[in-house]
Amino acid sequence: MSGAKKSLLLHLGLIAILFALGFLLPVYHQGNLARILVLATYAIGYNVLFGYTGLLSLGHAMFFSAGMYGLGLAMHHGGVPAVPAFVIGVIASALLSAAVAVLALRTLGVAFMIVTLMFAQAGFLTILYFGAWTRGDEGFVLPQAVREVAGLDLTDPMTRYMTALLLFSAALLVTARMMQMRFGNVLVAVRENEERTTMLGYDVFKHKFVAVVISGTLSGAAGAAYGLLFGYVGATFASVQYSIFPLLWVLLGGAGTTIGPLVGAFFTFYLIDYASSLTSAYMLIVGLVLVLLILFARAGIMGEVRKRWAGWLP
Amino acid sequence: MTLLETRGLTRHFGGLTAVDTVDFQLPAGQVHALIGPNGAGKSTFVGMVAGRIPASAGEVWFDGADVTDLPAHARIRLGMAYTFQITAVYARLSLFDNVALALRQRSEPDVLAALDRVGLADRSAQIAGDLAYGHQRLLEIAMGIAQQPRLLILDEPTQGLAESEIEGFNALISRLRAETTILLIEHNMDVVMALADVITVLDAGRVLASGTPEAIRADAAVQEVYLGAGHAQA
Repeated sequence: MSGAKKSLLLHLGLIAILFALGFLLPVYHQGNLARILVLATYAIGYNVLFGYTGLLSLGHAMFFSAGMYGLGLAMHHGGVPAVPAFVIGVIASALLSAAVAVLALRTLGVAFMIVTLMFAQAGFLTILYFGAWTRGDEGFVLPQAVREVAGLDLTDPMTRYMTALLLFSAALLVTARMMQMRFGNVLVAVRENEERTTMLGYDVFKHKFVAVVISGTLSGAAGAAYGLLFGYVGATFASVQYSIFPLLWVLLGGAGTTIGPLVGAFFTFYLIDYASSLTSAYMLIVGLVLVLLILFARAGIMGEVRKRWAGWLP
Repeated sequence: MTLLETRGLTRHFGGLTAVDTVDFQLPAGQVHALIGPNGAGKSTFVGMVAGRIPASAGEVWFDGADVTDLPAHARIRLGMAYTFQITAVYARLSLFDNVALALRQRSEPDVLAALDRVGLADRSAQIAGDLAYGHQRLLEIAMGIAQQPRLLILDEPTQGLAESEIEGFNALISRLRAETTILLIEHNMDVVMALADVITVLDAGRVLASGTPEAIRADAAVQEVYLGAGHAQA
C-alpha cells in the first residue's frame, strides 16, 4: 500500500472512531472531546507553520481571537446569524495573518518569535482598549437563541460534538492532503534548509507567506468555532497563554505529524483535568510530565511512534 | 553565443572590496574554471551571478537578458543551477525527496534517472544525512544536473573527496560537457587542468588572467600569486 493511501486510511479511521465516540461517551467526556477537537483544529493550524515550515510563532492567539471576535462582535453587535458570522471571523483572521506575515517574515528565528509575540500583545491590548465593545477581560456571552445553524441547536451536546468533529476532520484532511502536494513538500524543504530551497528556484518568501496565512486562517476558524460552540468570547483567548498552548500541544503530540496536534491537545487537556482532581498545585504535575516528555520523547508522542515503529506515519 | 556576462561587477563588504569591477564572459558550452587564492572573491563572484549576494555595482546578463535585479530563485528558474561549497542537501529527507525537490516534480523515473547519473539510484530511499560525505557531494551534484540547467555553477565540488571519487567526478563532468555550460570554482589544479576549456584567475577581487589552461600555466603573473614557481616547471 502506498504512503498516501495508508495515511488516508489512518485519517478516515480516526474520524470514524471519533464519530463513534460521540455516541458512546458520557456527556461530560463528550463535551470535553468537543472542546479538544476545536482546540486540536487550532493546533493543526499552528502545526502548519511550526511543524512543517519551521517557523516558531509566539503570537497565534491573535489569529485565534481574530476569528473568535470576528464572529462574536458580528453576532453580538451586528445581529449577524451564525454562518455569516463564522465567515466574517475566518476572513478577519485571514486578513490579520496576511498583514502580520508581510511584516513579521522580514525577520528570522528569534526575531520572528519576538515580533509575533509583540503583535499578539498589541492585539490583546486592543481588545482591552475597546472594552466598550469587547467587554475586555470579562467578555460576553453569545445566547443560546442565536447559536443555531439551519434549525440545528449548537448548544445541544450531540450537535455541538458533531460540528466540532466536522471542523476538525476538514482541517485534518485538507492539511494532510496539502502535505502530499508539492506546496507541502516545499514547506518542509524551507524548514530543513531555506538557502538550499531558494537555490533550487523556489520563492521562499511566498511559500512562508502562504503558510502563515493558512496557519492563521485555520487558527481563526477554530477561534470562531470555539466562540460559537461554547458561547463565550473573552480577552483570555487573546492572551499569551493561548499563544503558548498550541506550541505545547504540537510539541507534545509531535511537530510535523498530522495527528500529533490532536494527540497533544487531548493529552494536555486530560492531564490538566486529572491533575487538578488530585491537587490544587496541578500545574506542578503537568510541568513534571512535560519535562519527562521533553527528556525522553523529544519528537513528541506521534513523532516517537513514527521514529520507533511506523516510519510511514504522516 | 555568450550565455553569461558580467559588466563591472563589484561587491563591497564594509571597507573591503571583495569583487572589483569584474568583466567576465562565458560562452555557451564552455567549462570555465575560476581559480585564485583564498579570499580572492571567487565565491562572492558566483554568489552575485546566482543572486545569493546582491551586487554593489555592475550588471549580470544571462542568456541576453539583464538579470541583475532578479532574486536568486528567479534566476534559477531561468536555467541556472548552483551547488554549495559546504554540502547543502536536505539531511533529514530521503535521496528521492532531495532530487524531487530539485526537479520541482515527483516523477519517479525522472528522479531515479538523475540519481543514476551519479550512481546513487539504488539508495533513493535512504536518508541523505546517513550518506558518507563523498556521496552527499554526489547527491548535491545530482540535484544540480537534475534541473537540466543551462548554466551549472559548482563551488568547490571536489573539496573533501577522495582520489578515487575525484576521478568519478571528472568523468561525470566530461559527460555533462555536451549538455550544459559549467562555471566551476576549484582548488584542485589537476581537476582544473583536466576539465577546463578556459581558466580565469581572480586575485584580490580582480581578474588577473584569463585563457586556456596552457596559457594560464605559462603566465608569469599567475605563477607568482597562485601556482607557485614549482608548478610551472612541472
